Amino acid sequence: MSLRLYLVRRLALMVFVLIGIVVVTFFIVRVVPSDPAQLYLGARSRAGQVEEVRRQLGLDRSLVVQFGGYVGDLLTGDWGESLRTRHSVLEDILHFLPASLELIISAMIVAIIVGVSLGALSAYRKGGLIDHGSRIVAIAGVSLPAFFLALLLQVIFFRVLGWFPVATQIDPVVAQTHPVTHVTGMLVVDAFITGNFVAFADALWHLVLPTLALAAYPAGLIMRMTRSAMLEALETDYIKMARAMGVRQRFIVLKYALKNSLAPVLTVIGLMFAYSLVGTFFVELIFAWPGLGTYATMSILSLDYPAIMGVTIVVAFMYVFANLIVDLLIAWLDPRVVLS
Amino acid sequence: MESPLLDIRDLRLEFRSYRGVVKALDGVSLAVDKAEILGLVGESGCGKTITGMSVLGLLPRQQARVTSGEVLFRGDDLLRKSEHEMQRIRGRLISMVFQDPLASLNPVFTVGDQITKVIREHKRVSKKAARDAMCRALSETGLPTHKTLLHSYPHQLSGGMRQRVCMAMAISCDSPLLIADEPTTALDVTIQMQILKLLLRLREELGVAQILVTHNVGVAAQTCDRIAVMYAGQVVEQGPTVAVMKEARHPYTMALYECLPQGKSAQELLTIPGSVPDLIDPPAGCRFHPRCRRVLDVCRDVRPPLVEVARGHRVACHWVAEQSGPVRIPPES
Ligand SMILES: Nc1ncnc2c1ncn2[C@@H]1O[C@H](COP(=O)(O)OP(=O)(O)O)[C@@H](O)[C@H]1O
Ligand SMILES: [Mg+2]
Repeated sequence: MSLRLYLVRRLALMVFVLIGIVVVTFFIVRVVPSDPAQLYLGARSRAGQVEEVRRQLGLDRSLVVQFGGYVGDLLTGDWGESLRTRHSVLEDILHFLPASLELIISAMIVAIIVGVSLGALSAYRKGGLIDHGSRIVAIAGVSLPAFFLALLLQVIFFRVLGWFPVATQIDPVVAQTHPVTHVTGMLVVDAFITGNFVAFADALWHLVLPTLALAAYPAGLIMRMTRSAMLEALETDYIKMARAMGVRQRFIVLKYALKNSLAPVLTVIGLMFAYSLVGTFFVELIFAWPGLGTYATMSILSLDYPAIMGVTIVVAFMYVFANLIVDLLIAWLDPRVVLS
Repeated sequence: MESPLLDIRDLRLEFRSYRGVVKALDGVSLAVDKAEILGLVGESGCGKTITGMSVLGLLPRQQARVTSGEVLFRGDDLLRKSEHEMQRIRGRLISMVFQDPLASLNPVFTVGDQITKVIREHKRVSKKAARDAMCRALSETGLPTHKTLLHSYPHQLSGGMRQRVCMAMAISCDSPLLIADEPTTALDVTIQMQILKLLLRLREELGVAQILVTHNVGVAAQTCDRIAVMYAGQVVEQGPTVAVMKEARHPYTMALYECLPQGKSAQELLTIPGSVPDLIDPPAGCRFHPRCRRVLDVCRDVRPPLVEVARGHRVACHWVAEQSGPVRIPPES
C-alpha cells in the first residue's frame, strides 16, 4: 500500500475514533447527576432563571438534538462556553495548552534521552555498574507515583537545597523586567526565539523540577524496554554475523542492535506520551503550572462539562495523533513493515 | 614442508551450563592449507559449528572455556589474542558465513551499507574505494552491482542471493580463509549446487581456503579436497576426500555413508542406531563405542589415538588399528 493511501486510511480511522470519543464523553457528562444550568447560575438563583438558562443552553431539547447541535458546533470551532470561566472553551484550551505541551515535550525528551541511552548502555554492559544502577533508578521511577515524586523533588531541591523554584513558569519579577513576546505560547521556546535570554534561563530553571516529576515514569519504562529489546537483538544471527565480520562491538550494539530494537521502544514511547498527557494533571497542580492539566482539574471539580469535553477531545486527538506518528516512524525504520 | 594456513591442535572446549560442564570439544586437531577446502562432517550436535566459532573467538566468554589446545593461524595462536586483536582478524583474515542467510543479514540496513561497513571497518579507505571493493566482491560472488541490489534490504532478495551477499561480505576484505557453516542447508537443491560451485570458484580464482561445515557427506565429497569426520566433539577420521570416501575405515564414517540416500530408494533412509551421547557425561574410551558395531573391550576404556593408515589418512579406532596392524608409511619424497 502506498504511503498516501495509508495516511488517508489512518486519518479516516482517526476521525471515527474521535467521533466515538465525542459520543462517549457527551453521554457520560449527561449521566452525571448535576444540573449544568444550576452550576452556571451559582447557588443563589431564582427558579425562573434556571429554566431560562436551560433554554439558552439547549438543555431542554432531546439528547439527540443536543448531540447533533454539539457536533455541528464542534466542527465550526464553537466548543461551547465554559460554565466556570465564561470564556469560549476552545479559546481557553488554546490558552492553556502550550504550557502543558512545553512540560510534556520537555519531559518526553528527557525520558527518551535518559531511557534509551541508559537502556542501551545497560544492554551493552549487561550485569555491569550502569546496568545495576539504572535498574534501581528505573524501578524507583516506575513505582513512585508522579505526585509523590513531585512532592519529594520539592522537598529536596527547594526546601533543603534551594536549587530550583517550585511554582509557576517564570519568576514574576523576571516576567515584569523581561516580558516574553507571545509566539507559540511555550514560554521557554518563545523566550529563546525572541532572544530574551534572561527570561529563557529563568523559564528553563522553572521547568526542571516539573519535567523530572513527569519524566520519571516514562524514563523508567523506556529504559527497561530498550534494555530488553536490545538484549534480544544482541542474540540474533545478524549480530553474530556482524561480529564474525569484525565489526566493532560498540557499533554493533549502538547501531545494528539499537535500530532493530526501536520498534517496541517507539511503541512504549507512544504509550508514555499518552500517560504524560494525564500525568501532567497532577504535576501541574503541584507546581502551580498554568497548563491544560490545571484547567482540566478545575473543570472536573466544578463539573464544567463543556470544558471537560473539550479537554477530553484534545487529549484524545493528541493521543491518536501520537500513535499515528509512532506507526509511521516504525514503518520508516523497519523496511519489512507493510503499511496496512 | 610449508606449515598449514590454519592449524588447530588438540582443542578442548567446555561449556558451563545449568546441568553441568559440557565437554563439547575433546582434543580436536585439524589443519587447512592455503587454498584448500576442508570438509567438516558429522551428525548435528557433534561440534562442527563451535569448532568454527572458537577459531574466530565468537563463543560467549562467560560460558565457553578453552581448556587446552592451540589455534594457529599462520603460526600465530589465536587463542592468545585479545578481543580487540580478534576483531581486527575477523572478516579480514578469517571470515565465517552461517546456515541461515536471511537471519544472518541485518533486516533494517541495506545490503550495500552492510558490506561497506565491513570494508571500512578493516580498511581506512574512502567511501568510493569501499564501494569499488564491494562491487568487486559482489561480482566475484556472481551478483549484479547495480543500485537496485545495493539499496535493497535482505528480505527483498532470494535465498541464494542472500547467501551470495553473505559470501561477498566474507571476501570483501580478501580474507584468505572462509569458514562456511552449512552454507547450503537452508537453500533449495538447485541453489545449493550454485553455492557449492561458488565456493569452488572462490578457491580457484581468489585462492580462498575454506572449512566447509556440513552434515551432508555428499556435499563434502563434491567440494572438498580433504574431509574430517567428527563425532561427539572428536575427530574420528580425516584424510583426502577420495580416501575418506572410497576407503572409509572408521565404523562411524561407514555408518554415515550407509545413511546416504541411495538412488531411488531414498524413502528408506537408514539411520545410525542409538543417539549422540550427552556431552556432560560422555562415554569413556571411544565416544562412539555405545553405538559401534565393531566395539572391542578396549574401546570402553581407552581413547583411540588418530593413527595414520595411509598417507594423510588418519583414523581414531581400536578396531581399525587391530585390523591393519602396524602400518609403515613410506617416507615423503
Ligand atoms: N552455549 C552452549 N552451552 C552449552 N552447550 C553448548 C552451547 N553451544 C553448543 N553447545 C553444545 O555443543 C555441542 C556442539 O554444538 P554444535 O557445534 O552447534 O554442533 P553442530 O554444529 O555439529 O551441529 C552440542 O552438543 C551443544 O549441546
Ligand atoms: Mg551447526
